[in-house]
Amino acid sequence: MNSCVERLYNGIVKENPTFVLMLGMCPTLAVTTSAINGVGMGLSTTVVLVLSNMLISMLRKIIPDSVRMPAFIVVVASFVTMVQFLLEGFVPSLYASLGLYIPLIVVNCIILGRAESYASKNPVLPSIFDGIGMGLGFTIGLTCIGIVRELIGAGAVFGMRVMPDAYEPVTIFILAPGAFLVLSGLVALQNKMKAIAKKKGKKTEMSGCGEGGCEACQGCNSKIFPAGEEK
Amino acid sequence: MSEIQELVIIAIGSALVNNVVLSQFLGICPFLGVSKKVETAAGMGGAVVFVIGIASAVTGVIYKFILANPAILGGKLVYLQTIVFILVIACLVQFVEMFLRKAMPSLYQALGVYLPLITTNCAVLGVALTNVQKEYGIFTGIVNGLATAIGFLIAIVIMAGIREKIEYCDVPESFKGTPIVLVTACLMSIAFFGFSGVI
Repeated sequence: MNSCVERLYNGIVKENPTFVLMLGMCPTLAVTTSAINGVGMGLSTTVVLVLSNMLISMLRKIIPDSVRMPAFIVVVASFVTMVQFLLEGFVPSLYASLGLYIPLIVVNCIILGRAESYASKNPVLPSIFDGIGMGLGFTIGLTCIGIVRELIGAGAVFGMRVMPDAYEPVTIFILAPGAFLVLSGLVALQNKMKAIAKKKGKKTEMSGCGEGGCEACQGCNSKIFPAGEEK
Repeated sequence: MSEIQELVIIAIGSALVNNVVLSQFLGICPFLGVSKKVETAAGMGGAVVFVIGIASAVTGVIYKFILANPAILGGKLVYLQTIVFILVIACLVQFVEMFLRKAMPSLYQALGVYLPLITTNCAVLGVALTNVQKEYGIFTGIVNGLATAIGFLIAIVIMAGIREKIEYCDVPESFKGTPIVLVTACLMSIAFFGFSGVI
């Protein structure tokens, strides 16, 4: 049981996919125009991640090593298609606002990265918790970016207006450039905090791509920056 | 004439106005990762143009004649599109790589390193799905795909050019690395907004 809690902590804090590993940047930037979209995308990805981690972990002794990538992709694509139809049927408004980015969960490097680096080597239960942890970490990352963008760009959080009426929303933050700007601000803030921690003499962790290394996440062209810095 | 006009509008729309990287956020990973030098960026962009051109043709044909063909299960196989497209793209990239190595070694030397990386470039799958979503025909789909890829090429080459200059700039400590690249992308994205008046 301890290892399960450890997996959750690992996914949400230590190896947070958005802020630490910088994986899955496309949905991170594209769908975070509002907090609710961020939550929706994060949870859809979590569901796919948990289910694919579970199935891949079950099949890890059956799938031959040489064809594991295509096998993983088929598993992930099947679950993504299922999630897509569920969303279309039950949450049509979210489906409409996420649009093209739901089928594109298939090429989200977090999912293939976890399948390759964790689920294909570990038993079922820890893999499920690894999926939950990583998925929640991703959801939290998306929601944070979504809240910042919605607050500045529309003066609201989760659709509720919180800024005073005198506040003029800076629309550019919910348009494309705002995504880049907010993310760069958050990464810079993280670098700053790391620098402060380093000055205090604390050991800072430079986690790159998790246990799998950069090869494991073929999704992001294997040039992932370790913790927001370039090699 | 009007058909050609329509194609031109689609091409300009996907290459400049709705630039694949800067306004649709597809292919961000190579855009940030492989944009340190102009030559490598151009190589990556060329490989993407090549693969997307072929992929949009192949997925278009598969969609029209197999998945949505009324003769096969009454065209009800459409729901398999995500799975089929990603597998086709993955196989295609492998195949193109093998073919180039044998048939055109010079082109392979130029593009070879980048080809395997493209499999999971979401722009490729994104174009295939957009073509289906917007109900483009096969030829229109290819034009749209090529234009999108050229948009990617433009964006990544400009980005690489700017990054080469940034090397000599005094960037604030915490903005070194990814953050300054993202700020650059933000400014480029604002600049590309200027194209929205074109059509």
